[in-house]
Amino acid sequence: MTVEEIIKPENLTYKKSPLLTDAPMHYCPGCSHGTVHKILAEVLEDLNAQENSIGITPVGCSVLLYNYIDIDWIEAAHGRAPAVATAAKRLYPNKHIFAYQGDGDLAAIGTGEIIHTCNRGDNVTIIFINNGIYGMTGGQMAPTTLLGMPTATTPYGRDPKLNGYPFKVSEIMAQLPGTGYVTRQAVHTPGAVRQARKALKKAFEKAYAGKGTSFIEIVATCSSGWKLSPVDSNKWMTENMFPFYPLGDLKDVE
Amino acid sequence: MRELRLMKGNEVIAEAAIRSGCDAYFGYPITPQSEVMETLMELRPWEATGMVVLQAESETASINMVYGGASCGKRCMTSSSSPGISLMAEGISYLAGAELPALIVNVSRGGPGLGTIQPSQADYFQATKGGGHGDYHLIVLAPAAVQEMHDFVFLGFDLAFKYRNPVMILADGVIGQMMEKVELAPQRPRWTDEEVVQLNGSWAVTGKKNRDRHIITSVELDSLKFENFNKKLVEKYAKVREQEVRYEETLCDDAEYLIVAYGTSARIGQKAMELLRTEGIKAGLFRPITLYPFPEKELAARSKQLKGILTVELSAGQMIEDVKLSVGHQLHVEHYGRMGGMIYTPNEITDAFKKMINR
Repeated sequence: MTVEEIIKPENLTYKKSPLLTDAPMHYCPGCSHGTVHKILAEVLEDLNAQENSIGITPVGCSVLLYNYIDIDWIEAAHGRAPAVATAAKRLYPNKHIFAYQGDGDLAAIGTGEIIHTCNRGDNVTIIFINNGIYGMTGGQMAPTTLLGMPTATTPYGRDPKLNGYPFKVSEIMAQLPGTGYVTRQAVHTPGAVRQARKALKKAFEKAYAGKGTSFIEIVATCSSGWKLSPVDSNKWMTENMFPFYPLGDLKDVE
Repeated sequence: MRELRLMKGNEVIAEAAIRSGCDAYFGYPITPQSEVMETLMELRPWEATGMVVLQAESETASINMVYGGASCGKRCMTSSSSPGISLMAEGISYLAGAELPALIVNVSRGGPGLGTIQPSQADYFQATKGGGHGDYHLIVLAPAAVQEMHDFVFLGFDLAFKYRNPVMILADGVIGQMMEKVELAPQRPRWTDEEVVQLNGSWAVTGKKNRDRHIITSVELDSLKFENFNKKLVEKYAKVREQEVRYEETLCDDAEYLIVAYGTSARIGQKAMELLRTEGIKAGLFRPITLYPFPEKELAARSKQLKGILTVELSAGQMIEDVKLSVGHQLHVEHYGRMGGMIYTPNEITDAFKKMINR
């Protein structure tokens, strides 16, 4: 069988989404952002939303997300993406509006904005990347850092007496009457990626249908921040993050 | 037919916002300007024009909502008072850095800190010299009458979109709370989504359709590129200084001395000037209408015939720095002010004026 025969369109089982640009991603090996970007591009493609969507990028490692997916973007100030998304959605109610935020952006500096956006029930999708650490600034403690976990600002491990407790954001968002869909996913295995992709598509569809705010948390790895190899990061996440941040739907309003 | 009404300055901001074709107002209550949002909520413009009015959870959220709406190419505004404007400073810097048009109204009160809810003009530095981080300027309009509160909403939006730069109306608690006769402009229709694409489609996020994607951002990690962007802003502000200076002179032609004052102080200063004229003192009133760009050339030209200037401000003396920069140090320039929410009477100003003359 020749190469030409193998690459016939009828044999094609997988291809890169045309919404993903050719820009080389700046992420570290083992980082979850690239995988989440990929499924985000695929979902936007599935929904035929390229011409009809506006994404909001955060401050943090994914600040340059706009380089990788070929749609219109707004880069927000640190923590304020939900407020920016709220305005865009109120002014363009028939577009897909979503924000992509990390744990420092969403759960520390942006706590006010995320709670009030979810409580108002603005029909936007929030993608929350929770890797329990500040990646871009060099591995400091995040609100979601687990107890005992060492970071640059908790070198002896997170001590609740000094640093308080890890913050279960999705559980809080699920309690708010404005959210229509709250789910926690991961992208560490092909099966998990498929499931996260399905959940992400559902999140977009429900927000677009006016069911309230869709909140999708992705428990993610940060190999550089955790100072573990990509393989060990997945193992550490499975053993330590998942017991505290269990995967699955927390709320799904019809 | 002319539509005349007796209205409060804050109410006029709301009425003018609707009539100017504003797409969205985002705000947070703070005295002495809460009537702006209250009036909007009472008028329910979403039913008539489709304008969005939203009470946000904080001034931080308000200004970032303005940022989001402005990114969409729409006419968006907020209003607040001094402490709230301080909270918005980061967002205002982002608006300037992303070259977004927006209208911000500051009905200022006395500071620093929580200060007082009484009127003050102590936010001049914040409005004209920055307030947020980085090399940027707002275009700053200073209304001295309720009519100008109305007119400057229209002018503010027009300048904001002309230069793709945030514009501030710097009022104070007196203008916000005072009632005066105002002539309302007819309703200017809001832009349709098609018109937004037509007018602002070269930069706004409207959905990537038949063009490259648009990215509204103020981040640039390449220093040389970012220096060039800053140079572009410098050129923009030079153009603003060239083309947008606005000011008003009253009895300045034969004046030997000037009162220089803006906003509420110009109103009180005008009465003081009239009193001085009855005593045979040749006093004139010079009122900057744009605080940035400051009418420096115009004041410098006028200063050639003068023996002295009294700047009158409800502050410790802030605009006086721009006055001195404009006229140079040869001419005697003195400040008279009240602070902390206190307001001068015309007689206090004439007393200070006479002392200045005798020095």
